Amino acid sequence: MEAALGVSYAGKRALVCMKHVGMNVCADAFVNSAVTGANGGLVIAACDDPSQHSSQNEQDSRFYADFAMMPCFEPSNQQEAYDMVQEAFDYSEANHIPVLIRLTTRMAHSRAVVKARAPRPQNEMHFPPKDIAKFWVTLPGISRVKVKELAEVQHKFRHDSELSEDNYYEGGPDHSLGIVACGIAYNYLMENFPDGCIYPTLKVTRYPFPTKFLRRMTESCKTILVIEEGQPLIEERLRGILYDEEEGNGKIFVKGRLDGTLPRTGELNPDHIRKALGLKSGETFAASDKTVARPPALCQGCGHRDFYTALNAVLAKYEGSRVFGDIGCYTLGYMPPFHAIHSCVEMGASLTMAIGAANSGVWPSVGVIGDSTFTHSGMTGLLDAVNSNADITLCISDNLTTGMTGGQDSAGTGKLEKICAAIGVPEEHIRTIIPLPKNYPDMEKVIEEEINYHGVSVVICRRECIQTAKRHAAAKIRQ
Amino acid sequence: MKQDIILSGVGGQGILSIATVIGWAALEENLHLKQAEVHGMSQRGGDVQSNLRLSSETIFSDLIPKGECDLILSLEPMEALRYLPWLSRRGWIVTNTTPFLNIPNYPPIEEVMEALASVPNVITLDCDAIARETGSPRSANMVLLGASAAVLEIISPEKLREGITAIFSRKGEAVVAANVAAFDAGLEESKKLKK
Repeated sequence: MEAALGVSYAGKRALVCMKHVGMNVCADAFVNSAVTGANGGLVIAACDDPSQHSSQNEQDSRFYADFAMMPCFEPSNQQEAYDMVQEAFDYSEANHIPVLIRLTTRMAHSRAVVKARAPRPQNEMHFPPKDIAKFWVTLPGISRVKVKELAEVQHKFRHDSELSEDNYYEGGPDHSLGIVACGIAYNYLMENFPDGCIYPTLKVTRYPFPTKFLRRMTESCKTILVIEEGQPLIEERLRGILYDEEEGNGKIFVKGRLDGTLPRTGELNPDHIRKALGLKSGETFAASDKTVARPPALCQGCGHRDFYTALNAVLAKYEGSRVFGDIGCYTLGYMPPFHAIHSCVEMGASLTMAIGAANSGVWPSVGVIGDSTFTHSGMTGLLDAVNSNADITLCISDNLTTGMTGGQDSAGTGKLEKICAAIGVPEEHIRTIIPLPKNYPDMEKVIEEEINYHGVSVVICRRECIQTAKRHAAAKIRQ
Repeated sequence: MKQDIILSGVGGQGILSIATVIGWAALEENLHLKQAEVHGMSQRGGDVQSNLRLSSETIFSDLIPKGECDLILSLEPMEALRYLPWLSRRGWIVTNTTPFLNIPNYPPIEEVMEALASVPNVITLDCDAIARETGSPRSANMVLLGASAAVLEIISPEKLREGITAIFSRKGEAVVAANVAAFDAGLEESKKLKK
């Protein structure tokens, strides 16, 4: 995010892509980028994960745009997603403001036919115009002026949003209900009305919310159904704090996730909308009682498996030991047969939680982190551990790649021992082991020695990811 | 004309390659197409599915509503059963019979096959065995794709074969030939099975 801000400062266009929890990591830069403003077009694309297919939570990134006072686009289909990137860049440059594009799982992990446009060349390098260049220095005296301007320009953003073709109002014959359908939720609605929705419908794919259309809708529709993927952001606003189930909000009644018309959490689908509108589903088969859950597991032959086997064997000797895990394939060490970790919160938390727990009397306090996550956000925590001489043992399970996301290069490959030494871990307490069944006795001995050392120790457990190893072997045969 | 397909299997079996080939062919046939898939955790031996929708008209939802799926194409027999509530009463199941045993509580395979047999339109075939017979044991997914061609009315087998050639060409001629052979073997088998 900061690198993209640097690109934007230099007058060029930048797109920052991440999943929803990535927004938390770059939140500081993101929120402040609304204050600095954009010079070259700056677009942030965040993909939310309702139903948590592979995430810790289902936070809704529209809230980020809202409280950073930034415009937000939420495409309903793949063509819009494509077109809106260009639109977002144009808007960003015309208004000197970064723009958030909010996606959800079904948009980000999908394929569809898209009509492409001619690509545009990158901007020439140019510095921010003189009159607004100072806003890139967010000293309070300067940014106070900008924050006030930002609040004032919200009217314009809303007006632009109302004028744009991204939001539109379609009249329907049946005014007993009005529907507000945001982003991809619009598709789930229209799946049930291929020839046009019978209720007046407001399609919203751009924020600030187009209030004007809603006013028009409530002139005739006294019950509004809000369909939004993620959290009930718009629904909650429409209800308001003083909402009364009997009286509504000034006799306007709001349905959606909060009153049980739609599920409170989780991803939406066409069947939810069908049920909410009292429509019938197609005739189908009952769920089979011959299916059982098939949870993901660490691959057979994976080095993390051998590491956890050795770690468990050692920790069985210590009552009261706790293992703080992290984000990656090795989080699956929580599953049977290992049951090896006691926490998983966010990238880097293994190490810093281990410090906090050790300082509170937990011993042995062990952190387990992967090589990529360690360089992503474990290194600063390790410096904290060294500076406070925390009694922790950090195990870096190094598979020489970023395994969980498909085997991308890992930033720390070949550098981990040097990084730990440079941070200040005593070299005799930086130990490297190779996780293989034949090495269990050695591995256990090393882990036990480092747990018994009362200070910061690092055990690097290194063997290539079984998936990338297979691919490398196959590539070699082909050559 | 529309055809809604659920592709299912276990992470690593190659259902996304099937989706890619069908997608390529659909694009060639000027069809509308939407494919939704799930990545991440599910790749580690968990269940994987992809919703693939093909139509001559605009497609709205990326997800198939319950009871509207025309074809469940599965590389694993129990995984085919998992999506029964989405299958239309007139829909087809085309599935591999080789179970993927990576869980301790897999139901008895006879019971799984019995449950499959209770669905009116089912084609079952041992894709793994057929792939081995054609000399490309890793192409069970293409055997299944071949078998689906008997039911996949919206796209011709010729286009799918072209799709395989296009998708695998960067891996070399031998890989293309192995996958096409597996596809043809699956196609032949399904012609015998679809009565």
